[in-house]
Amino acid sequence: MTTEAATIGLTHGGSEDTGLGHRGPESKSIVVPYGFWLFVLSDMVLFSALFATYATLSHATDGGPTSNELFSRVLVAVETMALLLSSFTCGLAIIAAKRKHMLWTQGWLLVTGALGFIFLSIELYEFVKMASEGAPPQRSAFLSAFFTLVGCHGAHVTAGLLWIGTMMAQIWTKGFKDHIMRRLLCLSIFWHALDIIWVAIFTIVYLIGTLPA
Amino acid sequence: MTPNEDNLLDVAPGLPHDSVLTETLAYVIGLVLALILTGVSFWVASTSAIWGPGVAMGLVVLAIAQMGVHLVFFLHITSGPDNTNNVLALAFGVLMVFLVMIGTIVIMNQMDANMATDPALMNLQMQH
Repeated sequence: MTTEAATIGLTHGGSEDTGLGHRGPESKSIVVPYGFWLFVLSDMVLFSALFATYATLSHATDGGPTSNELFSRVLVAVETMALLLSSFTCGLAIIAAKRKHMLWTQGWLLVTGALGFIFLSIELYEFVKMASEGAPPQRSAFLSAFFTLVGCHGAHVTAGLLWIGTMMAQIWTKGFKDHIMRRLLCLSIFWHALDIIWVAIFTIVYLIGTLPA
Repeated sequence: MTPNEDNLLDVAPGLPHDSVLTETLAYVIGLVLALILTGVSFWVASTSAIWGPGVAMGLVVLAIAQMGVHLVFFLHITSGPDNTNNVLALAFGVLMVFLVMIGTIVIMNQMDANMATDPALMNLQMQH
């Protein structure tokens, strides 16, 4: 650090950082996950609009089936458990990947993907069952809002599953290189964020929706 | 700045640090807390021991608590100096989420209450 740089701006005694970017940009291992964190937060803002829509329309059933008649708490409990455990195993995969341990990383990623697949299968089963029982998205404003909100989360999980498969292949063929590790870290942020959104969904849609009126 | 300090600053959201044991322990604690909060949520929703109208608010509080657990133990958001940017971004995100949700729900409820008309009258207006 030159003396010229140290005299500029917000320099504190003893600190080399002027706060004016004199150190240069942060390393990619900071910038990339931070940028992805911003994306995830904007995704949550998107979901907040869908939640607001659902909360507004949840009683607009147009004489059709209500949330109390449609939702099964047992299925939701299994879904919640699958997604929570997959979030946990995703963390274990990151711990293994940091130690460059191929077998454990692939194993935990596989478990994560399998649990995500179980979650998605239950959700699809629920959707198909609802549609066949006279509760398709076009039946009422409530059902349109429901399928949009929960379906959007399901689409995210589907994308996450494809991403997990891609990462397993990339780690297998390219090894634990820096850019692969950054991608894996972004995947874990994405996967944990999906679980956070699911907490809001199972509380607002399924639990509050099935409270005795 | 020592290499060790440098290392401490290089922590991004979701990136764990320290040894295998302490890292795994953080996830295990997070999992146990999340399981407890989920279990309590399902119990609160199905019990009659709690005053009915208060249940929904209780469930929302439990959900926010569980989101906090996920943020701290899974995404490793901390109050440390290395996390300032992540926390600021999170705070802005939370502000937006609350503005959108509470704003929509309050305004739409007000509109609904003010617009409500007698069904017969509504029908009359529709014919014009």
